[in-house]
Amino acid sequence: MRVMVMVKASKNSEAGVMPSEKLLTEMGKFNEELVKSGIMLAGDGLHPSVKGKRIRFGGGKKQVIDGPFAETKELVAGYWIWQVKSMDEAVEWVRRCPDPMPGEESEIEIRPIFSPEDFGPALTPELRAKEEALRAESERLKRS
Amino acid sequence: MSTAGATREAISAAWRVESARLIGALARLVRNLDLAEDLAQEALVAALEKWPESGIPDNPGAWLMAAAKNRAIDRARKQRLVDHKHGAMSGEIAGAPPQVPDLESAIDEDVGDDLLRLILISCHPVLPTEGRVALTLRLLGGLTTDEIARAFLVPEPTVAQRIVRAKRTLAEARVPFELPRGPELVARLPSVLEVAYLIFNEGYSATRGDELIRTDLCEDALRLGRMIAGHVPDNAEVHGLVALMELQASRARARVDANGQPILLLEQDRSKWDRLLVNRGLSALARAEAMAQPLGPYTLQAAIAACHARARRAGDTDWKRIVALYDALVEMTGSPVVELNRAVAVGMAFGPAQGLELVDTLVDEPALEHYHLLPSVRGDLLAKLGRKDEARAEFERAAKMAQNSREKELLLARARSCEPRN
Repeated sequence: MRVMVMVKASKNSEAGVMPSEKLLTEMGKFNEELVKSGIMLAGDGLHPSVKGKRIRFGGGKKQVIDGPFAETKELVAGYWIWQVKSMDEAVEWVRRCPDPMPGEESEIEIRPIFSPEDFGPALTPELRAKEEALRAESERLKRS
Repeated sequence: MSTAGATREAISAAWRVESARLIGALARLVRNLDLAEDLAQEALVAALEKWPESGIPDNPGAWLMAAAKNRAIDRARKQRLVDHKHGAMSGEIAGAPPQVPDLESAIDEDVGDDLLRLILISCHPVLPTEGRVALTLRLLGGLTTDEIARAFLVPEPTVAQRIVRAKRTLAEARVPFELPRGPELVARLPSVLEVAYLIFNEGYSATRGDELIRTDLCEDALRLGRMIAGHVPDNAEVHGLVALMELQASRARARVDANGQPILLLEQDRSKWDRLLVNRGLSALARAEAMAQPLGPYTLQAAIAACHARARRAGDTDWKRIVALYDALVEMTGSPVVELNRAVAVGMAFGPAQGLELVDTLVDEPALEHYHLLPSVRGDLLAKLGRKDEARAEFERAAKMAQNSREKELLLARARSCEPRN
């Protein structure tokens, strides 16, 4: 399964405080572990929300809002995409991660990424129609 | 889930994360793969006993390593005692200190390459291919013998025996546990890459059984490939193989329909291709191409796969480039299977008549005698040329030869589609 691992923002990360050399070294080592263990698919750090923009949808309108955004703890400061066997394995790997925001309280959140199988029967009507046509075709072939 | 259940899950996850590194490190210390695995297993048992009470330690890897280390030292002490008694009785080593490796200090050495060490040992060229595959899936993939047996559709005792034999062979051959470097390491890679690609192919185009793709096996192989690339980043063919696997895996979800029937490459819904894997594949290919001239066989195959990945619609495919890449691949491998693929590409680039001409030179090739794709390809080209009766006979022949039931059905459907319409 694929998961997105999100490092949540903190006061410092939102203030644009760059990570210390020590943290960069430790994170570099952790990333190397992830690569050498074959689980890392992608990952990057994000600029603070002051450089971000939001587009708010509602009432048929789209409103562009400039950062920074409040609710610091809900913001994302960086992410990885991992290929793991289970959520437990992802948790185990996060346990090994160096504290991303030393001196502050912070969180890392793991969310499984949808795969097409997760949608199951909730396919689009178009796909379902295609499927039904195929089934009819195979029935026809069986009878012929 | 109960707390005990949750702890159990966490332990098995920790085991998955740590076991390979643990066994690799222990193998380096005790120079015996079997013993290393035993010690690691004992550490796991200790975790299963302790963690439900004490909670999961902050650093589960270090905990498991310490537990295994204590057991290794225990065993070494006992062994030392036995040796000492023997020595004293026979008078052979009277006065000399017993010679055992200094486990206590060796255990804290840099373990950075223990995973690679384990990969190289599991894929050692002294082992038969099936032994390498079983051992690699067991030690690096963390699969149980039962899981391996199910993946390869062989009885469990067969797999267990392959593993036992492989370990015995390694011990008898006194395979060194030192990590080879430089050209020696490069010389060992083909055997490693072969294992990864074999596992991938077994998952990607299951040769037997009812399922066309066994995703888990593909993922295990990809993980192994990415692992190797992480450890040996300066080898072109390693990246070539990773690129090939990423690109092929990117099509997995487009390759079968909702009923499990295979969908041919040119008929796939390309919007279902996995963009993340396509991009990873293309960048791995770029790395490989930047490193090696001429391109190696995996890189060439990846370059061919990339031609498809880059085409947004089947009609956009650069078939002439694919033919050129196959030319290079045929020259390098001399493989009749590759020649057959080249014939397909020629058929697409220059018309079915020219493709058929090439396929016809292969019909007496002994290596392709039982290869169902030969009549399948021939049938396809004949159908395109409007020679429906001959095409139908070829598809029927192919269906008889195919071992995967899904493929068989597809071929029979194609045979029926060549029947005269009334």
